[in-house]
Amino acid sequence: MTRPRGTFIRADLATRINHWITALCFVLLTLSGLSMFHPLLYWMSAFFGSGQWAAQIHPWIGIVLFVSYAGLVIQLWRDNPWAKDDLRWMMSIRQVLANEEEGVPEVGRFNAGQKFVLWAMVILIPILLLTGLIAWQHYFSSWTSIPTQRLALLIHSLCAIAVILVWITHVYAAIWIRGSMRSMTQGYVTPGWAWRHHRKWFRSLVTTGSPGPRPNPVETRDEQPRAGE
Amino acid sequence: MTNYQSQNYIRISATTLTPPAARNDEASMAKLIDVSRCIGCKACQAACMEWNNLRQPVGSFEGTLKNPMDLDPEVWTLMRFAEYEDDKGDLEWLIRKDGCMHCEDPGCLKACPAPGAIVQYENGIVDFISQNCIGCGYCLKGCPFNIPRISTADYKSYKCTLCSDRVAVNLEPACVKACPTGAILFGTKKNMTDWAAERVEELKTERGYEHAGLYDPPGVGGTHVMYVLQHADKPEIYSDLPKNPTISPTVDFWKGLIKPVSLVGIAAAAIAGFMHWMIAGPNEVQPEDDEAAERFIEGKTAPKSPPEHTI
Repeated sequence: MTRPRGTFIRADLATRINHWITALCFVLLTLSGLSMFHPLLYWMSAFFGSGQWAAQIHPWIGIVLFVSYAGLVIQLWRDNPWAKDDLRWMMSIRQVLANEEEGVPEVGRFNAGQKFVLWAMVILIPILLLTGLIAWQHYFSSWTSIPTQRLALLIHSLCAIAVILVWITHVYAAIWIRGSMRSMTQGYVTPGWAWRHHRKWFRSLVTTGSPGPRPNPVETRDEQPRAGE
Repeated sequence: MTNYQSQNYIRISATTLTPPAARNDEASMAKLIDVSRCIGCKACQAACMEWNNLRQPVGSFEGTLKNPMDLDPEVWTLMRFAEYEDDKGDLEWLIRKDGCMHCEDPGCLKACPAPGAIVQYENGIVDFISQNCIGCGYCLKGCPFNIPRISTADYKSYKCTLCSDRVAVNLEPACVKACPTGAILFGTKKNMTDWAAERVEELKTERGYEHAGLYDPPGVGGTHVMYVLQHADKPEIYSDLPKNPTISPTVDFWKGLIKPVSLVGIAAAAIAGFMHWMIAGPNEVQPEDDEAAERFIEGKTAPKSPPEHTI
């Protein structure tokens, strides 16, 4: 990777590859899923060759997404604990939305919005997997009763809509906060970016002499962050 | 199976448009199955296989007259045999020809996400247009009678077509033609209802079945396959014929309000993002941020191990 001097690693290669596998699966699932959800969106099945392809490939992509997202969670959960400051950050959301981040509680590697996206998906994706398996006609239709399958499909639809709304928030935030997209493609951010959006994270990297994405362990401290990967 | 009546649809699955309705002169048709006349010979089953060319692989004997054991992509009608003991302890052998009921308000069609995979002709027949079927299995969830079956070989859903191909050319369904006792009749829904009323009267007055009646459940808007039952007050004794079938409220909700509301919700989220972009605009790193970051780095890296302090 050609990382310019003085920049920080925001997401290492494994995280980035993992992220984009998940993203690709998500987009394909949204297209094939919505094509089966509303007749006005049936044309989305054309991306898969036909409606039958869209319907039959949807569950397989779902399994890949689940595994891929699990990998992402394993890499990122430690940096996403819910803290008191997150509530304060959420209270100052008006300032954040107005691009006035001074005075808003300083943010670690992830802000409350990003943590919300991670944990919302941690809740929704397993529900989607489970209800999706119940509704998977080809393999599991004989495992449960039809009333159960009806309920599973209803819950699956509702959770899918919820997860799409979370995803729209996630995508828009990446477009809105300039520099975020590069942090997930090439993997690095400038010191100014880190200072502006994730000051606590920035400080921890600088004071421990780490290039990112996690601070180096500091021997004399009590609350040691784990070794960076 | 195939589309034989290109214009006369009254319902088409997964469409927001009105089906073509200019040609509007067809009578509503119905099949009447008089359970009290059925002798369980399975001629109807054989005729169905014969006409539709369905040959399920030979199964195994399960100790009952029912054969095969269930409806299947290659079994569109099935005689179900029930031994019922009445209040007096008398045994009654209740034989019901199971298969698609051709609901006036078909749950399968309501649940189907594939445009034109399930249609209802103006004569009331509910038909699966296989070339449009995507094999998702939603019709199974929509059906209040547990009728459609998905083939694991070709991922298509199958059920009785009421011989739509025969009816289209003024022939009766194959099962009707084959029935040796006249237990299966086919005609306009009105004629069948009138005939059934006479038969029910006969069963009540001459045969002593005081609860005889016609099974044409209103919960699904009536059906285009109706039964004359000796015990119309207890349809469930006929191999679990549902007493008051309706489209499940779960399916109604899933296929009802949440569809438009969700689309509006998703569109609103996207529009909100766009509006925010116009009002607040992108959040860009300012020169001050770069300078502040620089100062901090310098302050931290100039001395070897700086003490903790804030700037």
